[in-house]
This record gives sequence, structure tokens and C-alpha cells, in this order.
Amino acid sequence: MTDTHVAAPAPTASAPQPEERGNTALARAALLLLRGRTLVVLVVLIIIFSSISSEYLTQSNLILMTKHVAINAILAIGVTFVILTGGIDLSVGSIAGLSSMVAGGLLFKGLNFPGGTVFFSVAVVILIGIVVGALVGAVNGLLITRFRVAPFIATLGMLYVARGAAQLHSNGGTYPDLGGTEARGNTGFGFIGVDSILGIPVAVWIMVVVAAVAIVVTTKTPFGKHIFAVGGNERAAVLSGIRVNRVKIAVYVISGACAALAGLLLTSELGAAYPDTATTYELNAIAAAVLGGTALAGGRGTIIGTVMGAFVIGFLSDGLVLVGVSTFWQSVVKGAVIIFAVITEQAQQRLQSSLTRRTA
Amino acid sequence: MAEMLEAHNISKNYGGVRALKDVTFTAYRGQVNVLVGENGAGKSTLMKILSGSEQPTSGEIRLDGEPVQLGSPRAAQERGIGIIHQELSLFPNMSIAENLFAGREMRKGSTFVDAGGQRRRAREVLKRLGQDRIDPDTLVGDLPIGQQQLVEIGRALLEDVRVLIMDEPTSALSNHEVDVLFEVMADLRQQDVTVIYISHKLDEFRRIGDWVTVFRDGSLVAHESMSKTDTGWIVRQMVGRDPDSLYVRNSSPVGDVLLDVRGLTVPGTVKVDDVSLTVSAGEVVGIYGLMGAGRTELVETLMGMRQAGAGEVSVRGKREPKGTVQARMAAGLALVPEDRQRDGLVQTMSVRENILLATLARMTRSGLLNGAAEQRTAKTKVSELAIKIPGLGALVTALSGGNQQKVVLARALLTEPVVLLLDEPTRGIDVGAKSQIAGLMAELAAQGFGVLFISSELAEVMAMADRVLVMARGRITAEFTAENVTEEALVAASASESVLEGHS
Repeated sequence: MTDTHVAAPAPTASAPQPEERGNTALARAALLLLRGRTLVVLVVLIIIFSSISSEYLTQSNLILMTKHVAINAILAIGVTFVILTGGIDLSVGSIAGLSSMVAGGLLFKGLNFPGGTVFFSVAVVILIGIVVGALVGAVNGLLITRFRVAPFIATLGMLYVARGAAQLHSNGGTYPDLGGTEARGNTGFGFIGVDSILGIPVAVWIMVVVAAVAIVVTTKTPFGKHIFAVGGNERAAVLSGIRVNRVKIAVYVISGACAALAGLLLTSELGAAYPDTATTYELNAIAAAVLGGTALAGGRGTIIGTVMGAFVIGFLSDGLVLVGVSTFWQSVVKGAVIIFAVITEQAQQRLQSSLTRRTA
Repeated sequence: MAEMLEAHNISKNYGGVRALKDVTFTAYRGQVNVLVGENGAGKSTLMKILSGSEQPTSGEIRLDGEPVQLGSPRAAQERGIGIIHQELSLFPNMSIAENLFAGREMRKGSTFVDAGGQRRRAREVLKRLGQDRIDPDTLVGDLPIGQQQLVEIGRALLEDVRVLIMDEPTSALSNHEVDVLFEVMADLRQQDVTVIYISHKLDEFRRIGDWVTVFRDGSLVAHESMSKTDTGWIVRQMVGRDPDSLYVRNSSPVGDVLLDVRGLTVPGTVKVDDVSLTVSAGEVVGIYGLMGAGRTELVETLMGMRQAGAGEVSVRGKREPKGTVQARMAAGLALVPEDRQRDGLVQTMSVRENILLATLARMTRSGLLNGAAEQRTAKTKVSELAIKIPGLGALVTALSGGNQQKVVLARALLTEPVVLLLDEPTRGIDVGAKSQIAGLMAELAAQGFGVLFISSELAEVMAMADRVLVMARGRITAEFTAENVTEEALVAASASESVLEGHS
């Protein structure tokens, strides 16, 4: 009789009292508000900051803030794939750093062979950088599936390993000039991080494309449904013939590739590659996913929510800077917002299940 | 004969399901009061109410003649009512002594745990349980299941119990351990403790019980002094007069052999030991046995969820050596698992998503899911199986147990199997849904499927199966046809240590 608590209510309970009906309407309104809470918070933030500072809502500031958001959003989208399966990826900041150093090294000093040095075009360098990220993600996935290391531990270890590898790559130094030369055929790395198309930074366009692809993959493909199934109930997924290990490895590969892409954007923007690129960015990425309603237990969440979460974090940070709040208080506020978001998530779940029970 | 614990006109509703219907039950002081009935008959619900972990919808409980409110397990404990659950509630990472005193540690002064004192008391309890050779510092996780069960019983003995409820305590015990337990129970009886004992094992409880009470479908149907009953009478009371009215008998002609299992062996704590069986088209084969007999392990291995140590599995005459879930599914097997919540459903997903989960790859157009095809397929299955749902997009957890079971069945059928494996398909669902699921199984056999189902219910397995295999301790101990099967024979074979004579 373990399942009876989820059973449909008694027929006798199907005629609600007027009072209860009013409560239901109220509960529905509250639920709608809770579901759209990330958007609500974002609007509230914009209203507050623009009333304090006239600069906040200017076009140039919005574009600048959105560009900051783009990098965290891409990291967070990758991490969302992992969290949806019930895993976690703490290594994304370090992967971003590693791919930054790999790409920076290729642009700055090329690839040394015994016979001489080879330089690759920017497109190939970017591709290599992303492949490096994907490979590191694949190692995470193998550790978690084949060797049964807990995701938290595997990716925590990788956080150190990848960061160390980034530092080893240049012995701790910076690759200062990534401009390339015409002779080597590797100019134009600034395009992805500095340039704009139609007045909007290329990085933002890239975020839009990544988000669009991620939305299609998660909602419109069998693979996407399998991700949710693995996170919702792994045993049921196994019994449904889903290759659970493959799904898990795939999400860590996706997360690694997204992290590498974010690292490349950061590096392009700075015009230099240094080994500490994107340190602690994994926390912002996880925070964005959680703010956007992704359940850390897996099985529940949306890409669009994660993107909204990244916007909230970015617009909040930049707003606090703009109105002159000290960096110490910025941390406090950011942390409080994240905790608040999780509390409202709980409230949403409770309300939702009570409504389902009342109306089913 | 003094009444110790009485339940008067107790009813209990869970949502729309009436788990107990106006039950009046009496346990006598210093006696062993046995409760029997099939799964879902309401025994465990009544015990939860008597031990304070559930509240009755209506009715009254009297302890020693006084009406009492048992608002929580703690409140029941304070009045001297202890319970030993079927599922162990021990901490495997802690020692026996620590487990015995978990939550009520002996103190030295007011701050520190009196580990020495606990160890001493633990040794006394172990001795009383006939386990004086076990060191109380042994981790519970290192003990075999049977001894873990004794530790659980030890926990109850530590308290000053006046009423001790035991919910199938012997299901995991060896014969020797059962003997020890019965000595302890006889001891308790001497000390005027009232024992309420739930069991499925007729031969066992007849040895120890003073009174027997039979439950069926949420009602108390019989209450008698043990000495005035016999096994046949008890079984008849459990099953009811006319089980055939509830279940549909499969009557389709038997065709080719679809599933052929030879010498399947799976190592483990619950093992499968050299099992051979066949299932043919149009045939419904039942596997009867007690908990822990290896039935679930058998079907999970057939489905590729566990690795076999030895043996061959052939489907439609073709050997399937890979033994992965995907390979077995492709070969034509599908499993409806015993525990829907744990193995069957993705609770975070909708009805539609749960139905389509195993066959999403077929619903795509150029790589993307085709929403219209999904909707159509899910809708067809919902109406074919008469699943009652608020909508295809509703969360699957909003459905009743029977309809959830049909969702899992729908998913299995969509994989286009030839043999359906059903593990306790009617567990935890009400009588109406039971008879619907039974009807579906007969219908599927008529369509040419082979059906292999596990059941713990005598009436069900006898009424529905063309052939009944009995499993005990990992082996098939007997095989009966629908014509020559009897309750007594099934019960005897399910408790036997060895293969019975006459098994081919």
C-alpha cells in the first residue's frame, strides 16, 4: 500500500466547498507567480536599479551586461545538462581555463614539431579548444560511469587537475598577444569576444545559438527525454532500455564543450590567455541553473530557466557595481538571492502537488 | 481470556481506496495472536494504526479496556506497544549495541554515552535471542539478514513491551533462526506479553499461534482459536469462496515456445539456482513463492538488469547471449517491475512521457520528436488499456496505483515484446483494478503473447495461470498445471528446502 498516498482523491472529495475553490484560484495565481519567479525577480531588479541609477537602463549598459551574462549563461547551460541527470559538474571553470590556455598557446607560439612550428587558423584553434573541453568532459563521464566515482568527487578532482594542467601549459605565465599575424594566417581571434553584429556582441549571438540548440535538444529529441528520465528515476530508465551510461557521458561532454567555448569567449575578450581564467565560475554557473528552477536532485529544469537565472545573476552583480555597493556586500546579496530562489522552488513544488491532488 | 488490545470499528481510507472496512479485532493478553491474509488485505494497515504510525479514519482503539489515542509511534511505545517491521530499520554502519540503543542511548552522567553499559545489555539481549556467540561490537551490516532481523527483535525486547507486533519476521530467517524466534515468543507469552504475529507461512504460525484472524480485501473475515482450525480452513478464508469471479482464466490454445530458459544461475544474497523454464505463445505461466525466494531476481536477470552467472536464455528459438536490457528488449522481452515507484515510473514526468519512454526513438522525424505521433501513440494505448487519466500531460503520480500499473504496462507493450514478464502485477492495487489487470493478461495471451507472472497470492496464481511454477530459495521446487494445483501443495512447495517429487 506504499503508493496509495499518491492515489487520486476519493470521489467524495470531488465537490470542493466554495471557500476551497477560492483558495484554489489563489493557489493557482501564486503558482503562476512562482513558476515565473526568475522573470519576476529580473524585472524587479531592473526597476530597482534603474530608479537608483539613470545609467542602468541605457542601451550601452544593457548590451555590456548581456555580454557579461553570455559567458556565464553558456557555462550554465552545459552544467544544466549535467544537473538534469542528477549529477553535478564542478570542473567547468577549470575546463574554461584549460581551453583558454590551449587556444592561447596555439595562437601565440603555435604547435612545435621537431621539424618546425605550425600555426592554425583561428577557426581550427577554436575547434581544438572546444574538443579539449569535450575530452575533459568525457573523462569526467568515464570516471562517473565506468569507475563509479560520485559526480561531486570526480569533477572536484577534475577542477584541480584541469586548473593545474592550464598552469603547466605556460608554467604559470600568460600568453599576452593573441592577435596573430597575416603571415601565419591566424588573425581575427577577437571576433568572437570583441566584435559585434548588428550592434549586438558576437558573444551574445553565440549564447543565443547555444541556448536555442540546447532547448531543441532537451525538449524535442529522444536524447533530451532520456536525460530527464535518467535524472527522474535511473532504475526506470534502465528498465526502459535507455543506455544510462551513454547519456551520462554525453552530458559531461556537452558540459565540457560549453565550458571550453565560454573560456574561449573570455580569452578573446581579454586578448590574452592566463591560467587563472574563469576561476570559481563553476559556482556562478550552478547558481544560475538553480536560480532558473533546475532541481539539484535531477529530472526537473529548463534551459530557458537557466538562461534567465544567468541574467538575474549578471544584472544583479553589474547593478550592484553600478550603484556603488561594496564587493563584500555584493557577495552577501548574491548568496541570499540564491538561497531565496531555492526556498521558493520548494514552495512551488509543494503548491503544485497539492493542486494536482485537489483537482485530479 | 482477557482482552489486551482491541480495535473497534476501525476504517481507514487512503484517498479513494478503502484499506480497512469497519474492522473489529481483539488481541488477547499473554497469547500469540496470528494475523493472516493476502497482500493488500489490510493487515499491515491495521498494524500501522495499532502502532501509532497511521491514524484511523474512524473507529476506536482500547488498551486494557481503556480508550487510547495513539497519535505517533512514540505514543504507542510509551504505552508499551512495540512493532517489528517487515522491512528492517537498522543502521548497517553501526554496531549491534549501538543499533539496539539508537535514539535512546544509555547515559553516563548526562552527557556521555555509556558504551560499556550498552554492550553489557546488548550481550544479555543476544543471549536471550540464542546468539551469545556474536560480539555486540559487530557491525550490523556485516551480519546475514536473518541475524539482522534478530537484532531488530532485540530492539523491541529492550523496551518494556506489553504488546509486541511482528510483521512477517520470519521471511528472511533460516529454520534454526525461526526456532530461536519461536522460543523467544514462547518466553514472552510466559511473561504475559501479548504478541500479534503477521505471517504467510501456514506451517510456521500453526506451531506458535493461539488465535488466528483472517483478513480479506480490507475486512476481517474470520477469527478463531487456532486449535479449532486446519490449514484448509485458513486458506479458504483467505481466498474467499469464489476466486474465479475475480480473475479471468486464459483459455487460448498454446503455440510455439517463445521463451526457453536453461540452467539460469545468478549469485547473490538472494540467488537464482539452476532455473529452467519455458513459456509458450498463448500461455500464462505463474511463479508462486515467498518473499526472498529469488523470483524478482529471476525476471530481472531475464530482462538483463542483472548478470547471470550461468545459463542460457532463448527467445523465439534464438539464443540471446548478450544479456543487456537493450538486447533482451530487442529479442522480445518486456518487464513490468514489482515496485512501480522505484523501478517503473519516472515520477517527475507526465503520463505521456512515461508511456513513450522506451520507444521515443521511433517517434522522431529527422531526429526531432514528432509531437503528433507521440500524442497519437500515447492516446491509443491509454484507450486500449482503459487507463483513467486527467490528461496525457498530467504528472504520472496523480494517477491511482492501478492506473500507474497500466502506464508501465503500456510502455512495455509499446516495445513490441513477444513475452511479457510481470512481477507482482496486482500488488498494492484495489480489487477492481486487480481484476482488470487480470483480464488484460488473459487478453494478451489470447493475442499470442507469452505471459510469465510472479504472484504471492494463492487465489490469483491458481485462477490465472495455465501452469504454476513454485520457487523457494532460488530453485524451482514444483510445477503444477491448472488442473492439478491445490493451495496446500503450493504452500508446501514454497516452503520446501528441496525439489519435490514429481517435478519434471
